[in-house]
Amino acid sequence: MNPIRNISRRTFVKSVGLASGGLILACNTSVFSDKESAGDKELASFNPNLFVQLNADGSLILIASRSEMGNGVRTSLTSVIADEMDADWTKVIVKQAVGDVKYGDQNTDGSRSVRYLFEPMRKMGAMARAMLITAAAQSWKVSVTECTAENHHVLHKSGKKIAYGDLVEIAKNLEVPTELTYKNPKEFKYIGKKLRGVDVEEYANGSAIFGLDKRLPNMKFAAMQRCPVTFGTVKSFDKTAALKIPGVIDVIEIPRMEKPFGTLGGIAVIASNTWAAFKGKEALKIEWNYGDNATYDSEKYMKLITENVHKQGKVGKDVGNVNKAFKNAHKIVESTYQLPHLAHAPMEVPNAVAWVQGDSCEVWAPTQDPQTARKEVSDYLGTPEEKVTINVTFLGGGFGRKSKPDYVVEAVAISKAMNMPIQVVWTREDDIKHGYYHTVSSQYLKASLDKQGNVTGWLNRFALPSIASTFSPGVDYPAGFEISSAANVPFDIKNMKVEVGQSPAYVRIGWLRSVINIPHGFSQNVFADELAVAAGKDPLEFRLNLIGKDRIEETEDPIKYDTARLKNVLKLAAKNANWGKPLPEGHAYGLSVHYSFYSYVASIVEISMPNNKVKVHNVFTVIDCGQTVNRDTIKAQMEGAAIFGMSLAFYGKITAKNGAIEQSNYSDYKMIRMNEIPKVHVEIVESAENPTGVGEPGVPVIAPAIVNAIFKLTGKRYYNLPLSDYGLV
Amino acid sequence: MITLQINGEKHKIDVAPEMPLLWAIRDIVGLTGTKYGCGIGVCGSCKVLLDNSPVQSCLIPVSAAEGKNIVTIEGVSENLQLLQASWLALNVPQCGFCQPGQLIAATALLDKNSDPTDDEINEAMIGNICRCGTYQRIKSAIHRTVELKKQG
Repeated sequence: MNPIRNISRRTFVKSVGLASGGLILACNTSVFSDKESAGDKELASFNPNLFVQLNADGSLILIASRSEMGNGVRTSLTSVIADEMDADWTKVIVKQAVGDVKYGDQNTDGSRSVRYLFEPMRKMGAMARAMLITAAAQSWKVSVTECTAENHHVLHKSGKKIAYGDLVEIAKNLEVPTELTYKNPKEFKYIGKKLRGVDVEEYANGSAIFGLDKRLPNMKFAAMQRCPVTFGTVKSFDKTAALKIPGVIDVIEIPRMEKPFGTLGGIAVIASNTWAAFKGKEALKIEWNYGDNATYDSEKYMKLITENVHKQGKVGKDVGNVNKAFKNAHKIVESTYQLPHLAHAPMEVPNAVAWVQGDSCEVWAPTQDPQTARKEVSDYLGTPEEKVTINVTFLGGGFGRKSKPDYVVEAVAISKAMNMPIQVVWTREDDIKHGYYHTVSSQYLKASLDKQGNVTGWLNRFALPSIASTFSPGVDYPAGFEISSAANVPFDIKNMKVEVGQSPAYVRIGWLRSVINIPHGFSQNVFADELAVAAGKDPLEFRLNLIGKDRIEETEDPIKYDTARLKNVLKLAAKNANWGKPLPEGHAYGLSVHYSFYSYVASIVEISMPNNKVKVHNVFTVIDCGQTVNRDTIKAQMEGAAIFGMSLAFYGKITAKNGAIEQSNYSDYKMIRMNEIPKVHVEIVESAENPTGVGEPGVPVIAPAIVNAIFKLTGKRYYNLPLSDYGLV
Repeated sequence: MITLQINGEKHKIDVAPEMPLLWAIRDIVGLTGTKYGCGIGVCGSCKVLLDNSPVQSCLIPVSAAEGKNIVTIEGVSENLQLLQASWLALNVPQCGFCQPGQLIAATALLDKNSDPTDDEINEAMIGNICRCGTYQRIKSAIHRTVELKKQG
């Protein structure tokens, strides 16, 4: 079955938010997703999720089904269609999709938007172009072989030319072609080039509407006080003082919903403006039932999980015979790495506008995952999903936080209780204290070297509270997806073992930009550097040998990875950094290379340490993410990832005492600022391989490269993060 | 009643005098380009110009802004517009949320210093956090604006 249809004449058009009139193509992209089994699967019914509309005035409406949060997705995905269609980019209008399964998977995380949608986007564009050429040939009564397309026009070899918009009426009645020809990639105008983001102007003039900026007539503002301890509940509360604050309208209790993305519950203050709601929240007097998590002390917890990785754990992978390798070793190296919890802290706090009217509800929210939001709201209200509309606003950063719609459910709960449109706004303190935290981890690595300095055995034993614990309370060991990036370490070592230690969760654990690759990328890259030192070899040479000969590593993922590409990014980074050439006095390099989200990334950082404080001067990053779409977006993501990685290396640390998070705002959960930035030099490998992830894989390489550079400069090895704990920043 | 002059327009608003200017601008006057980021004056998302000086509007009570000339991201100023053009040319924003505050801080810098050094840019922009990490492009866009102005 052809996944693409001409639906110009279907009544169905209105339901996807398009006005009828133009040439409208629809596509079911699920056949392209790497989640799906490849092959000749027949679609039971045509369920399109990607739409293109060309109007008579030439305007081309493309629907962005994924969320825009700085990932550039509204530009990159649409540019693929426009390029293959030979469309004029200035005539493209991007419409944001509401949350609906008809758009296919809309969950904007896992660095997979381009990875999943590149091929269907191209196909859609090629199809539209073919139909427009056919339409022109019909109206000129010539053969299609005499016609070509260029910049929103069809041209005939005689020199005749007709605009796309003028072909709409004919094209609407055509069947979609069964055979397609694609552009030669050499002729791409937008794909693999640099395109300005479609929304940049709105960002720069302040007119872009983020969730926080959504306004409805008679909308009121709400703030909520939640229990300092995760999953604690309200015992009693006194609202007298809060109600006296001018502007405060009401104070209500919102019970906790025991679901992964349910509201934590607490006391909501509803007011005529945000400030009054915040003031009212401060004036509340609440007694809590703190519950079991009140025992959580992250310092003690680190000791506990470190004890657990210093004794035998559950086996996650066992290849060869590690014990024998250790017994026969010329040298043994062992280290333990400890990394703290992190918070996402996107610049735009969690917030949502909801308006519940009868059994219907409309939401405007900065969400990475509008379908999950829709399902949660539908469950909460006990109303069918068709009655729930989730409008996706711009996201002021996401980093994984905004794929967890607990804040959307809160807005809905308050709107329903108050019977009015409500915007719930988290304070920054709420955001830092009630997140879905990046896991805290302890990792013990042990390796054996032979006389020539080859690594003969490798053991990685780690403990960290699992993301799975958020979905299945009680899970107290790392899950399979958290083991795989330790198990799939791309080193050519015959004897390898991965074990996991017990590590229950006391806070909500969630995915944060690059997720499990933060701890595993750190330990693998720092440990490999230690092994190079133990072997008396240059870290670059040692690492290339450790990765070993060119081969395709088999993993459980549908995409196998290629050690030649991994070595290539490292070699290119070394070349760009002039690795091996003398640096200015007091400067040193550190290197790191990591494979994640199917992409290959290497970074070399140059540091100095005036007054024993780390200053990062340069970061040389090379990424191989297959076929590129918007090269400027990829470059921007690598630049941003370097800063994100530096923030977690320098400052990132969330701690808990008596179950309560100790940090509160950017004052004590610090970020890299302008005076601390390095120059980030980015090279993007030219490749015709399938496109792979970009948003996340630039992050995990940064912190280990810095730690390796510090060792090179000072001879001192730092095993834990953040560096601020050592007074180094 | 308090009268605020924002981007050349007068707005009469009935709020408590201690309400931070940020919330008066966003929730009462209805200009949402100025952003809430931290509420304690450490992130710069809420920056506006108050009589040509950059201030964190989350810390300034409306009473202290009365009678002063307030410029927000929606406002007009020569340097702001030149900077906005450079922001577009260098594709600076990622998520875009902090950019109004960044642009206001950069405008205030160029209003006082027509040819800032890197260190002077750092000093002027140190109060503005960008979680996406667009700092390098922000710095380049400020330099570009200065260069274009020099060329006239």
